[in-house]
Amino acid sequence: MDGESWVPQPFSPGPPGGAGGGGGSGGAGSGSGESPRDGRSAAVLMQPEVLDLDEDEDDLEVFSKDASLMDMNSFSPMMPTSPLSMINQYKFEDEPDLKDLFITVDDPESHITTIETFITYRVTTKTSRGEFDSSEFEVRRRYQDFLWLKGKLEEAHPTLIIPPLPEKFIMKGMVERFNDDFIETRRKALHKFLNRIADHPTLTFNEDFKVFLTAQAWELSSHKKQGPGLLSRMGQTVRAVASSVRGVKNRPDEFTEMNDYVGTFSHEINLIDKISHRIYKEEKEYLDEMREYGPTYTWWSASEEDLVDSLKVVASCIDKCCKATERRIFDLSETLLPVVHEYVLYSEILMGVMKRRDQIQAELDSKVEALNYKKVEKELLTEEIGKLEDKVECANNALKADWGRWKQNMQNDIKLAFTEMAEKNISYYEQCLATWESFLTTQTDLRLEEISEDKP
Amino acid sequence: MSSCLKYVSCRQHMTTEGNFWSKKIEISVSEAEKRTGRNAMNMQETYTAYLIETRSVEPSDGQSVLTDSLWRRYSEFELLRNYLLVFYPHIVVPPLPEKRAEFVWHKLSADNMDPDFVERRRIGLENFLLRVASHSVLSEDKIFYLFLTQENNWKETVNETGFQLKADSRLKALNATFRVKNPDKRFTELKHYGDELQSVISHLLRVRARVADRLYGVYKVHGNYGRVFSEWSAIEKEMGDGLQSAGHHMDVYAASIDDILEEEEHYADQLKEYLFYAEALRAVCRKHELMQYDLEMAAQDLASKKQQCEELATGTVRTFSLKGMTSKLFGQETPEQREARIKVLEEQISEGEEQLKCKNLEGREFVKAAWADIERFKEQKNHDLKEALISYAVMQISMCKKGIQVWTNAKECFSKM
Repeated sequence: MDGESWVPQPFSPGPPGGAGGGGGSGGAGSGSGESPRDGRSAAVLMQPEVLDLDEDEDDLEVFSKDASLMDMNSFSPMMPTSPLSMINQYKFEDEPDLKDLFITVDDPESHITTIETFITYRVTTKTSRGEFDSSEFEVRRRYQDFLWLKGKLEEAHPTLIIPPLPEKFIMKGMVERFNDDFIETRRKALHKFLNRIADHPTLTFNEDFKVFLTAQAWELSSHKKQGPGLLSRMGQTVRAVASSVRGVKNRPDEFTEMNDYVGTFSHEINLIDKISHRIYKEEKEYLDEMREYGPTYTWWSASEEDLVDSLKVVASCIDKCCKATERRIFDLSETLLPVVHEYVLYSEILMGVMKRRDQIQAELDSKVEALNYKKVEKELLTEEIGKLEDKVECANNALKADWGRWKQNMQNDIKLAFTEMAEKNISYYEQCLATWESFLTTQTDLRLEEISEDKP
Repeated sequence: MSSCLKYVSCRQHMTTEGNFWSKKIEISVSEAEKRTGRNAMNMQETYTAYLIETRSVEPSDGQSVLTDSLWRRYSEFELLRNYLLVFYPHIVVPPLPEKRAEFVWHKLSADNMDPDFVERRRIGLENFLLRVASHSVLSEDKIFYLFLTQENNWKETVNETGFQLKADSRLKALNATFRVKNPDKRFTELKHYGDELQSVISHLLRVRARVADRLYGVYKVHGNYGRVFSEWSAIEKEMGDGLQSAGHHMDVYAASIDDILEEEEHYADQLKEYLFYAEALRAVCRKHELMQYDLEMAAQDLASKKQQCEELATGTVRTFSLKGMTSKLFGQETPEQREARIKVLEEQISEGEEQLKCKNLEGREFVKAAWADIERFKEQKNHDLKEALISYAVMQISMCKKGIQVWTNAKECFSKM
């Protein structure tokens, strides 16, 4: 252990602790308990029924490869950040999976340097897991960092389905990179991305993931540099391309079926994405016209003595329908569009996963072929083949398991998104119906009045 | 067909008592047919002919008997209306349905031969005839009677009335409008009302057409879900059924807009009628302005003649007159000449006074009769437009109910996926 102590950055409502090396300034004696945390409610922290967290710091996992950054001894069980001291009263009774990692992505901030302008997002983590030094973390991350994480996850688990990241650029329309809507959409997608990883049975325990969630900015950049170099990454890409060119002869049927499924799924979900966006656009244009329609009735009412009431009520009905349409459009963009779009991205990821699996198999196949031709180095080759066979089996099993999980999630997500859309549409029509029915009652009331006036 | 009957049903059984109708009559424009013929320039043309059927109703048992049935084309309706405009300038003459399709949204064609347009025009023509037949004054017109009963030579009969010659020239009317000094304020206000009504209804129709266009787009795009869900369902084991049936409901949703917008066209037609009525209102106002201007001109002329007479009699020349100038240049006229002139003027003055009395009377009678018809029109308009707004609300309600139905069904399918 070197002298440099790392103090876990607590969650604080003050200015976001992100920029620069502020984190390292904490002294060794961070256990003074000066931060008033007692009163804070960790409302999202859900405690498992049985608290089996080790308070013994020796069992705490060092979560950075660079031990020089960690000083476990600086963690004192007396620190009020221990989850035990923040037992959350809320228990979800029917929760089958006890969630112990909660992540939020919010508070986008613009950073301007001489070289570039970029946005960082605040990533807040709350956890009761023992392997985390603290129960709360707050860091700032930029899009590049997310990209890095995704790359590391893909590297470590080539045949797992890594959740999608929002796109780097928006293809059409927006030129302004830092448009508010764009940032908000991206933020939501990044939030989803991290939460999906947290929910994944394997990925959630990934080291790089932990670093991403907890390390300060400078720690993260130094951690990043430790990975396999650029050249080795390029080598991987070359091999991947080469193997895909060679093609896969011995692909098991189930993976061929998977491939076919992915192809069709990709086609269909892309169409649905297009259709959904088109509906959004058409509804917006409908709203624009409706906004002019209502006021025309008000204009008319100004020149009609006897019809002024009826016309004004019609105008207000149309305005109410406009508001309902606004809500309908908003709901569409909140519930359906992001989900469909995420699955468009997922379909690309699936194709990538299938390719990588094929590539792993191709490696094996090529070595097996080589065995048939080469008379020398038989032993060496056989050994290599053995290793590759294991690799292939691992990859296939990982993919199969993840595939089942992905399909289940997809079904749930799609079902939920479309069901919600249908609900919102029903609610829209119900609102409009109520508006027009109330108009009719005002008219019939007037009629009854008139009839009673006419009676001799 | 049914919605049109609902709209005009209250007018179908109007009693008309007059020279020609001994019993209650029912009029319907029951059919439309494409015809080809030769026009005035001997070129072949295609046009639509409309079958007009007149039935008389037995008061005892309500049975109707077909009494007349003939075919007329749109131009003959126009002829009838132009005739009525000339001979009944104090009446707000019901308008014809539009000659060409205007305020169309994209799905409707602007083609006069389009069957939907023809159908809506058929309804509009029937409405026109019913309005004329139920008008206390217009229903008693002989030409109108012959329009319904005499297929051949009706055109000649109309032309023989010489109504084209009687018609006021547009230029004369325009001139009067600008120069009239003291029109009845009510007519001036009515004219402004007519202008306002025309502006607002035009705008309303235009915006409504755009709204309809957009709504059509929203519904139809949903239809694409149907196709894609169907394709997708083929690769899904568990989700397949739900997707497939949801897709069916998306198709239903997309298809439903056609009927919805077709019905809304009837609402638009009701508004259009009053758009065109605005012009009829303005026509009555113009006639008043013309008569008033005529009256003012006659009064002015009379006044100047009286003054001339007085000057000649007293010998004072207060006003400039050519005679005065020439007499200065060429010498005074003789006392006999002056006497003669005074006599002529006195005759003209007494004639003028008679004419002025007539014109005054005519003007007042016109104002009285016109205003009575305008009051009738106002009541009709208020009633009809209220009904139209109610029927519009009913359409919206029906559309909402359909929407709720479809999306409830779709939601069920989605939740079963």
